[in-house]
Amino acid sequence: MRRSRFRSVALAVAWRNLHTYFTTPALVLPGLLFPLLFFATFAGGLSRLRHVPGFDFPAGYTAFQFVFVLLQSAAFGGVFTGFAIARDFESRFARRFLLAAPRRSAIVAGYSLAALGRWSFIALLITAIALATGMRVGGSGVDLASLYALALLVNVAGGLWAAGVAMRLRTVQAGPLMQVPVFVSLFLAPVYVPLDLLRGWIHAVASVNPVSLIMEAGRSLIAGDPSGIGLAFGLGGALAVGFAAWALRGLRKAESAG
Amino acid sequence: MSSGLAVQVGHLARRSVVRTLRQPASVVPSLFFPLMLLAVNSGGLASATRIRGFPSDSFLDFALAFTFMQGALFATSNAGTDLARDIQTGFLNRLALTPLRGAALLAGQLGGVIALGLVQAVVYLAVGLIAGARIEAGPAGAAVIVALSVLIGLAFGSIGVVMALRTGSGEAVQGLFPLLFALLFLSSMNLPRNLIEIGWFRTAATVNPVSYLIEAIRSLVVEGWNGQALALGFGIALAIAAAGLLVADRSLRGRLART
Repeated sequence: MRRSRFRSVALAVAWRNLHTYFTTPALVLPGLLFPLLFFATFAGGLSRLRHVPGFDFPAGYTAFQFVFVLLQSAAFGGVFTGFAIARDFESRFARRFLLAAPRRSAIVAGYSLAALGRWSFIALLITAIALATGMRVGGSGVDLASLYALALLVNVAGGLWAAGVAMRLRTVQAGPLMQVPVFVSLFLAPVYVPLDLLRGWIHAVASVNPVSLIMEAGRSLIAGDPSGIGLAFGLGGALAVGFAAWALRGLRKAESAG
Repeated sequence: MSSGLAVQVGHLARRSVVRTLRQPASVVPSLFFPLMLLAVNSGGLASATRIRGFPSDSFLDFALAFTFMQGALFATSNAGTDLARDIQTGFLNRLALTPLRGAALLAGQLGGVIALGLVQAVVYLAVGLIAGARIEAGPAGAAVIVALSVLIGLAFGSIGVVMALRTGSGEAVQGLFPLLFALLFLSSMNLPRNLIEIGWFRTAATVNPVSYLIEAIRSLVVEGWNGQALALGFGIALAIAAAGLLVADRSLRGRLART
């Protein structure tokens, strides 16, 4: 009985969010535009970087950048769901959820499901475009499934991070606070060239940035030479669990604010 | 300029400048984001300098120009959003009841854009120099960079003003951001056009006017005095500004219709 109440609340929240998302082009466009733009700009405009001495990625520069774009779309897919949460609180619709839901933690689960649904659509589209532009894939079916599973963890972590911020601040003005840390974390990773080709301060920062590990593991999967996968999944899982606690605490704060 | 027009422009420009500088949400992102991207890109793309034919030994020098273009993007948003707010709150309607001339409104409104553009340009230049960038064209080149940057901000600001006058909506102005962002990215921001391998991207960057704006500023930093690059950059910026102001003037007539 409790499990079915949890499920029904989560599905109701997810359905509403997804319905709003897919029927409002202004919500769909940013999530689509930025990954596509990054893909076009980096894979298209920077492909000559593969000629940099020491750049050795067998699957090619398009596949190299595809992994970044996939992870970026996953992370931001989660963040944009945080915007939706903030809008719900600002319009006071979220109070209806809090009043009506017998299991309020299911509200967070529902938003996470919605983030996953939104990202799945984007991931499908960017994968199709990447393949259509001739991206080479060195990995097996298992490798690719692992890559998407890793991106899924990033999506969950990003969504829960943004949910925690949104529930604490309960205003769309909190958007930059949700976006900027995620943006900075993504770009302080080996975005353009592998980690060992970075020099100076960026190499030092990227070396300790957990996103770097996830990105490099993802690239090894698409290249068909998996490495660091266990650690990447462990890190992704830890981020998801940590941000789940962050989001649930944010929910408690939203409840006590009334 | 007649004294009456000058007084009108002065009042509105002062209002625009004070309003812009009093909004941290307008000023801080337009300073922070471009500099953050500059730091990230100059570190992450440093190895690009090892590509044969790359015009500089320092990616910081190469990437500095893009910072100014990003600032211009924020100018579009700020100018348009402020004017849209004036329209939505009825301030423009109240102005229409006064002897205010349309030209004064446009000039005054863009005063805030020019002030922010100046602050941005000086900050970007200062940070770039502190980080180790070298301007081949020297102090005179730095002054030209500031001037060109302000002109580009004015040009893009006029686009934001047009959007605000046509739609009267801040959200519609914000809707311009992704389009201009796309223009920015589909340019020679990361590599010189002759080093872009992919044909369609190189073509897109070649027909994109933003590429020439970036290249004009970049030429002062990396090469020194390149007449062709500067002529193209200034020419395109002036053309965009002139077109923007012309359309803005026409759009304003409808908004300021007196009954």
